[in-house]
Amino acid sequence: MIRFFVEVFEGLRIAYTALRANKVRAILTTLGIVIGVTTVILITCIILGLNKSVSGQFAFLGSNTIYVSKFEWFGRNWREMLKRPDITIDEVHRVEKESQLAAAVSPWAETRRTVGYRDLKLSRVEVAGTNENYIQTNPTRPEIGRFFTEADVRRNRHVCVLGHEVASKLFPDQSPIGRRIKIGQVPFRVVGVQERIGKLFGTSMDNYVIVPIGTFNKVLGRHHYMSIIVKANNPHEIEDLEYELRGILRRARHLGPLEPDNFGINQQSSLMRAYLGIMSGIYIGGFLIAAISLIVGGIGIMNIMLVSVTERTQEVGLRKALGAKRWMIGWQFVVESAVLCSVGGAIGVFFAYLGAKGINNFLPTTMPPWVVGFGIVFAAVVGIFFGIYPAMKAARLHPIEALRYE
Amino acid sequence: MQNSHLIELRDIEKIYKVGTIDVPALRGITMIVEPNEYVAIMGPSGSGKSTLMNLIGCLDTSTSGTYFLAGEDVSRLSDGQLAGIRNRRIGFVFQTFNLLPRANSLHNVELPLVYAGKAVGARRQKAREALASVGLADRGHHRPNELSGGERQRVAVARALVNDPSLILADEPTGNLDSATGEEIMGLFDEIHRQGNTIILVTHEEYIARKAKRIIRLRDGLIESDDLVS
Repeated sequence: MIRFFVEVFEGLRIAYTALRANKVRAILTTLGIVIGVTTVILITCIILGLNKSVSGQFAFLGSNTIYVSKFEWFGRNWREMLKRPDITIDEVHRVEKESQLAAAVSPWAETRRTVGYRDLKLSRVEVAGTNENYIQTNPTRPEIGRFFTEADVRRNRHVCVLGHEVASKLFPDQSPIGRRIKIGQVPFRVVGVQERIGKLFGTSMDNYVIVPIGTFNKVLGRHHYMSIIVKANNPHEIEDLEYELRGILRRARHLGPLEPDNFGINQQSSLMRAYLGIMSGIYIGGFLIAAISLIVGGIGIMNIMLVSVTERTQEVGLRKALGAKRWMIGWQFVVESAVLCSVGGAIGVFFAYLGAKGINNFLPTTMPPWVVGFGIVFAAVVGIFFGIYPAMKAARLHPIEALRYE
Repeated sequence: MQNSHLIELRDIEKIYKVGTIDVPALRGITMIVEPNEYVAIMGPSGSGKSTLMNLIGCLDTSTSGTYFLAGEDVSRLSDGQLAGIRNRRIGFVFQTFNLLPRANSLHNVELPLVYAGKAVGARRQKAREALASVGLADRGHHRPNELSGGERQRVAVARALVNDPSLILADEPTGNLDSATGEEIMGLFDEIHRQGNTIILVTHEEYIARKAKRIIRLRDGLIESDDLVS
C-alpha cells in the first residue's frame, strides 16, 4: 500500500516536471480537451439551469388547467391555423354556462403598450384582458390591494392590477393602490398588485398589467387573439374536461361530424413535451460535439505522449537500468497523460464557468460544485484512456536499446 | 559451491540475429569474480565487451550458458525479475552520466530507492549520505547542467552506491572527461573499492585499466587473457 502511494506521488512528480518543461506544448495539446470539457460542462449547466427554472415555471401554468385558443401550441400547419375563426367572448360565455367539469373560466387577450405614471414610462409592457375568474384560473394572488370584481368587469371599469415588476418600477417608494396610471393614452386606476412570479428563460414574468376584458376590447382593440383559460374541478378529470370543451366549441361553431377542430386545446403537458423535445436535441447535439472534440483532443494527447516517449527513450532506458519494472514506466506515462488532461479539464471547467455566467443573461444556468470535480475527473479518464498506448510503448522498450538511443 | 562467488559465468554465448544471419557476439565465456574484486574488461570494438557488460548487468540475457549472481541463477529470469535484480544488486555508472536533466542531484541519487519502494524520508536520508560520500554534500539541490562533468559523474557514482549494490558496473566512466577529472574519478573508484565494493570497469584505455587489480581482455567474443595487475 505504501508502495502504491510512493508510486502515485512519484508519477505525479515526474509528470509535473515533464509538463513544466514543455509548457506551451502542453497547453496547445490540451486544447481539444479544453473545448470538449467546456462543452460538456456548459451543456450540463444549461440543462440543469433550465430544468430548475422550468419545473418551477411550468407549474405556474397549472397541471389542471386547459388553454383553448385559435392555435395548437405546437401545431405544424400554420397556414391552416391562420384561417381559423378567432375565439370570441360569446364562446367564453358559452363555455362558462355549459361546462360541468370547469371550476372557473376566464378569457385571456394580450397586447403590448407603454405604461406610465406621471413622468415614468415603461414601454412594451404586456397588457392583458381577463375577467374576475382569473384569480382562480392562475396561481398568483394579489399581494396588496385586490383583484377586480365581477362588477368591474360587467361595467367595463378602467381599473387595473399590476404585475410585481411594473408596480415596483412605477412606484418605487409609494403604494400604487388608488393611483392613476396611463396605458397608452388611457387612464386606469390601480386596485391591486399581484405577487411575484420570477423569471422564465431569463425574462421577467412580472412585467404585465391586467384589465377587465371588456375594457380591454373597448380601449385597446378587438383584433387581439383571445384564448380561454379553463380550470378543472378535479385534476383527475382533466381529460374529460378536454373532451367536454371540445364538444362545446364544436357545437358553438356548428362543425359537422367529419370536419376537424378549428381551434386548439392546449395543456401544460404539451408544453412539457415540447420542452423535453428541445432538451433532448440539446443533449444529443451537445454531447456529440463534446464527444468529437474529446476524441480529437484525446488523439492529440496520444500523439504528444508518443512524442514524449520518443524524446525520453534514454530516460526510460536509465530508469529501467536502475530497476524500474515495465508497469512502473507505463504508470509514469499514464499519470503524465492524466495530469495533462486534468489540467485541460480544469481550464475547460473555468471557461465553462465564464460561459455559464455569460449565458445566464438570456438562459438560466446553474453550476453545482460537483460539476467541477466531474469535469476534471472526466478529462483525467480521457487522458488515461489515450495514454495507455504510448505508456505501453514506453514500458516495452528494451533497456539497452533505450539507453543507446540518441 | 557457487554461493561463495559473486559472479560466475559458465559457457556464456550470445548470438544476435541480423535478418536470417546469426552473428555471435560472445562465443563461450567462463569467468568468476569474487566479492571485493576490482576488474577491468578490455578489448577492441566488436570484441564483445559491451555485450558481456550488458549480460553481467542483467540488462540482457544470454543465448546459452548460465550466470550466477550472488548465488542466484539469473540467466533465465523474466524482464520484471531482472529489473528487481538490477535494482538490488547492481549500480551502474555510464560514460554519458545519464542523469535526469530536470531533477536535482538529490533526486537523481534517490531514483534507485524510488524503484526499491523506499519511503520518502528514508530515501532522502540515504541519498544525502551517498552524495556526501562522493564529496558533494553541498550540491544536492543543483541540477546536472549546474555541475561540472566531474561533479556529474560523482553524482552518478553516488546513485550507483545508494542502494548498497553487490556490484558497481562502470562503462567507460572517464570517456567523457578530461584526463585530470578522469584521474579524480578513478581515485574515487579506488576509494570505493577499498571500502569493500566490487567493481567491474569496461574501458579501452590501458592506463585506466591498470588502476584495476585484474584485467580481462576479450577478442572476437572469447577471453583472450585474464591477468592480475602487477
